[in-house]
Amino acid sequence: MPSLSRIDELRRLLADLRGPALWQQLDQLAEHRALRELVEQQFPHLSRAPAMDRRGFLRFAAAAIGGTGLSACSGPPPERIVPQQRLPETTVPGKPVFYASTLTQAGSGIGVLVETHGNRPTKIEGNPGHPSSLGATGIHAQAAIMDLWDPDRSPMILRGGTEVGAWNGVLAEFAKIRQAGGDGLRLMTPSIASPTLRAQIETLLDELPGARWHRHDAVDLSAAAEGARIAFGQALQPQYRLDRAELIALFDADLLAQGPGHLRHARDFAKRREPPQMNRLYVAEPSPTPSGSLADHRLPIGGERVAELVRLLAAKLGIGDTGAALDPTAERWIAVLAEDLRAAGPAALVAAGPAQPPSVHALVWAINHRLGAVGHTLQFIAAPRQGEPYATLLSDMEDGKVETLLMLDVNPAYDAPQSARFAEALQRIPRSVHSGLYTDETARLSHWHIPLAHALECWSDAEAHDGSASLQQPMIAPLYGARPAHEILAALLGDPRPQARDIVQAHWRQRLGDAGFDTRWHDSLRQGLIEGTAAATLRPALRELDLQWPPPLPGPVLEIRPDPTLWDGRQANNAWLQELPKPIALNTWGNLAWVGARLAQQYDIENGDVLRLSTNGASIEIAALVLPGQAQDSLTVHLGHGRRAAGRIASDVGVDVAALRPADGAWRSGPLTIEKTGERRILARVQTQDGMEGREPVRRATLAEYRQHDGALVEDETPQHSFYDANPPQTREPGKPAWGMSVDLNACLGCMNCTIACQSENNIPTVGREQVDLGRAMHWIRVDRYFEGPAETPEILSQPVPCMHCEHAPCELVCPVGATVHDDEGLNVQVYNRCVGTRFCGNNCPYSVRRFNFLQYADRDTESLRGGRNPDVTVRSRGVMEKCSFCIQRISAARIQAENEGREIGDGEVVTACQSACPTQAITFGNIADKDSAVSKKKASPRNYDLLAELNTRPRTSYLARLRNPNPALETNGEDQA
Amino acid sequence: MDFVARLVVLGVIVVGVGLFWIWRAASASAHPVGSAVEQPIPFSHKHHVGDDGIDCRYCHASVETAATAGMPSVEVCMSCHSQLYTDQPALQPLIEAWQSGKPIRWQRVHDLPDFAYFDHSVHVNNGVGCVSCHGRVDEMPLTWRHASLNMQWCLDCHRDPAQALRPRDKVFDLAWQPANQRATGTALIAAYHVPMERLTECSTCHR
Repeated sequence: MPSLSRIDELRRLLADLRGPALWQQLDQLAEHRALRELVEQQFPHLSRAPAMDRRGFLRFAAAAIGGTGLSACSGPPPERIVPQQRLPETTVPGKPVFYASTLTQAGSGIGVLVETHGNRPTKIEGNPGHPSSLGATGIHAQAAIMDLWDPDRSPMILRGGTEVGAWNGVLAEFAKIRQAGGDGLRLMTPSIASPTLRAQIETLLDELPGARWHRHDAVDLSAAAEGARIAFGQALQPQYRLDRAELIALFDADLLAQGPGHLRHARDFAKRREPPQMNRLYVAEPSPTPSGSLADHRLPIGGERVAELVRLLAAKLGIGDTGAALDPTAERWIAVLAEDLRAAGPAALVAAGPAQPPSVHALVWAINHRLGAVGHTLQFIAAPRQGEPYATLLSDMEDGKVETLLMLDVNPAYDAPQSARFAEALQRIPRSVHSGLYTDETARLSHWHIPLAHALECWSDAEAHDGSASLQQPMIAPLYGARPAHEILAALLGDPRPQARDIVQAHWRQRLGDAGFDTRWHDSLRQGLIEGTAAATLRPALRELDLQWPPPLPGPVLEIRPDPTLWDGRQANNAWLQELPKPIALNTWGNLAWVGARLAQQYDIENGDVLRLSTNGASIEIAALVLPGQAQDSLTVHLGHGRRAAGRIASDVGVDVAALRPADGAWRSGPLTIEKTGERRILARVQTQDGMEGREPVRRATLAEYRQHDGALVEDETPQHSFYDANPPQTREPGKPAWGMSVDLNACLGCMNCTIACQSENNIPTVGREQVDLGRAMHWIRVDRYFEGPAETPEILSQPVPCMHCEHAPCELVCPVGATVHDDEGLNVQVYNRCVGTRFCGNNCPYSVRRFNFLQYADRDTESLRGGRNPDVTVRSRGVMEKCSFCIQRISAARIQAENEGREIGDGEVVTACQSACPTQAITFGNIADKDSAVSKKKASPRNYDLLAELNTRPRTSYLARLRNPNPALETNGEDQA
Repeated sequence: MDFVARLVVLGVIVVGVGLFWIWRAASASAHPVGSAVEQPIPFSHKHHVGDDGIDCRYCHASVETAATAGMPSVEVCMSCHSQLYTDQPALQPLIEAWQSGKPIRWQRVHDLPDFAYFDHSVHVNNGVGCVSCHGRVDEMPLTWRHASLNMQWCLDCHRDPAQALRPRDKVFDLAWQPANQRATGTALIAAYHVPMERLTECSTCHR
């Protein structure tokens, strides 16, 4: 406490002073003994500051202000132009070049077109000719750009975790392994999509008879194939033909947003859902997923109870017997579904997800068989041979049977079930070699670590979900001298100078034959697909099923799922993925325990409460999110977080849940003990409001209503009286393009592909956990999500919201410097070099689509990150407002191209980043002045409506109302939906 | 009192003008207009274009198709200089670049801010001659910047392109001059369908 006597003394000095006298006195006061003592006592560090009188202070202040001004006025630094020594033919500097290649996710290849600027990969687009892509891309593919340029990637070969090693040292180790005939050698890989790599491993197993190959997938997707082994006697890969299915029932399967072929599934699904004809979707699942959000009937149910649900369904269709009794809602749901399925017959499709055990899959295959769907909506292809299960490896390691462990592209010390046990066993192995993108948890415990080349840096190949193979070609030389897996394996087999390209080419030369090979190779590279490699569909015979059903786990069960954005954590150091809101839950940066409303009530849990979850002999502490639509008897957590050695982005973000996983890697664990610790944490969600508040931003109706009113769903919306001109000043004269967008909410999955594609295209910075929590996430297109109806079984509505490009833009009226204005094609443009950062525009935007750079979010210093940026888009500075530009750089490119060729811009020539990434083609962009354009046709639909039309902003972005196609038998009962 | 007031006003003016000049000096481009820029090789456009008559596009090959005009690779230089003047000391950096494979690092003469997106192709195809922005390069022994390239200067032409447009076949002819620029330019605006309103939109150059 400051001494009262001193304060009193100071007060006395000032007591009777007013006006200029007081001013003078204050100056003297600064020098007064009493004040100095007071300051010394309160702020000891200030009292040691050099003494300065008022004039001195003013002198320094003036000089400082002058100096600051001057230093801000330095001209641009001189730049160099460095033309190439030899310019490759057909290269035009400054024009992007697209290469067809392949990226692999979850053991399946997706064909992509990689945009490169000056040989730097900057953007991933889907390959329209590839069966798994059809032009769309998933979030993991989009994020590959950020992975490639990640400054935290492993830069060099390491020995003993820390020492710098050399490739020759690795070769010497490999020679020793060969000499031993591979005795005690174990190879550990994830499921491999590359046929060349699999062939190399087969060769290795032949040449080194002592070696064995193990498969480790942190997220194991093999249940479907194992289910086929039970049902048909062989491991088979299912092919879901959603383009043929009129009725689809998904049991804990997010077919539209996860796993092999999900982009294709989503496209096929959406194509069958265009009114007036719509398919019907039933989904039973523990946590809401994008697939579930589009369901006509969604049943939230714990993953543990799905088996009983499927058994009941099978029994209703005359297969097997029922399991334990279910609650009446579920019983009725299944009864109606069974009727519907029987009516649909071969046009029906039933599928279970990878979280369900093989026995459920076997039963599901039998149901499809009974419906006649096998061969029609459900096809099977042979599953390629993968390694032996991981579990045998772990026990062999502990028994000392493993001499050498070669780990390719896996990180078991972090992501294996019981990773701690693995880490301990790993350290007792005489020789361990790890290869991965990062110096991760496993790399640090291994004797050798070899940096693995990124998929954009090396030759390889991969099979799509339907078995079609495509080639992967390098866009850039490995940034850190990293090596492809092909070369590491070839070196192990004694090739002194392995070249991945030669290895891949040799494999295909052998498979395709010598005749005309060069032509086929080049065609395959150009098209991004090796023609004629799609796997043959099989007609397997169903066996008699004798399924074992273990008793279900009691009480609340913990569902352990791959993270919707980070997957198993291998991409955890990717800031785009960390900041990408998880679909439906919309949390970022870290994982949360998703809790259903009733369970939350039971345990008195609120958003942000930290829970101690104990099961399987371990416990974790994790913050809770009460999520509408979450099943009541389960609680969901996600893998991929809590990395201990990932890099500067991911380390210590979120909670590692691996300890709670059962040893067999199952996707659930129980019985579960839930305790509140009393602590609270921030959630960093991008949307905290769940309801539509009666404003109906998402308009919806049932298919029956749509047919009844002949499509006219939207009541007459005469704009109300307005402050703005009755006639928009931006009404265009004919002949000019007027850009507009249509978003079909009937097709929107809420999968977030648009958000991350936009981030990559438009150099959008990430802001970090705290800034997201303050509402400062920078995504130009966000996906709003609303829950309508009861918290247990809500309807889940997703709505992508980019800038509306209003004809009557409220933002433009309030900008004092004209930094946001309309251009003559109707774009609401943001001029960064004019913006002074008043934020008036953001405050006046009724759609909240404007994003302000509160801090210097864009990293201007890290050299490698600059390589991945789009050179056609300005990198914004602190203090500047930004927002969706309708990809103005793509419009400009098309306009200049058209002008140079003396023609108009054609329909479909400008494709925005969000539009091209969307798997369901929900987004259409184009010229609304052209009545024949795709976007005009969409906007002519009776489902078309404007967001907040009553504000008379006349948005150029409009929406198509969402429709549901419910079964009246469930609807009238009123149990399923509100 | 009057005197003091005058003195203060004078002082403010003197200081203001002084600060303005300091600001001008500090914020000026690295290479002022009209002053030749030193290069690793003293390349003369005067010799190559003026004396030898080499077309602009021989070296700046992408000027009609891309945003950047393109700088010649070492290989392009060597298409002549593997035979000509190979023993000249001034050309040593070129020979070294050819032998070592290391590219030449030229000094940039024309540098726009990163938020301005200029496209050569659309200007050239709409009849803006090289000379309009780059001056009589064929008379420059060393290259210098002919125009300020600031926004005001760009807008002068974007508001009134008739002052600069020329037939497409004269775009690369640095010496060509029309009899009546105003008439020629006005005719070409119509002939080339130059989108006049578009030229002053923010989004034409900024994104």
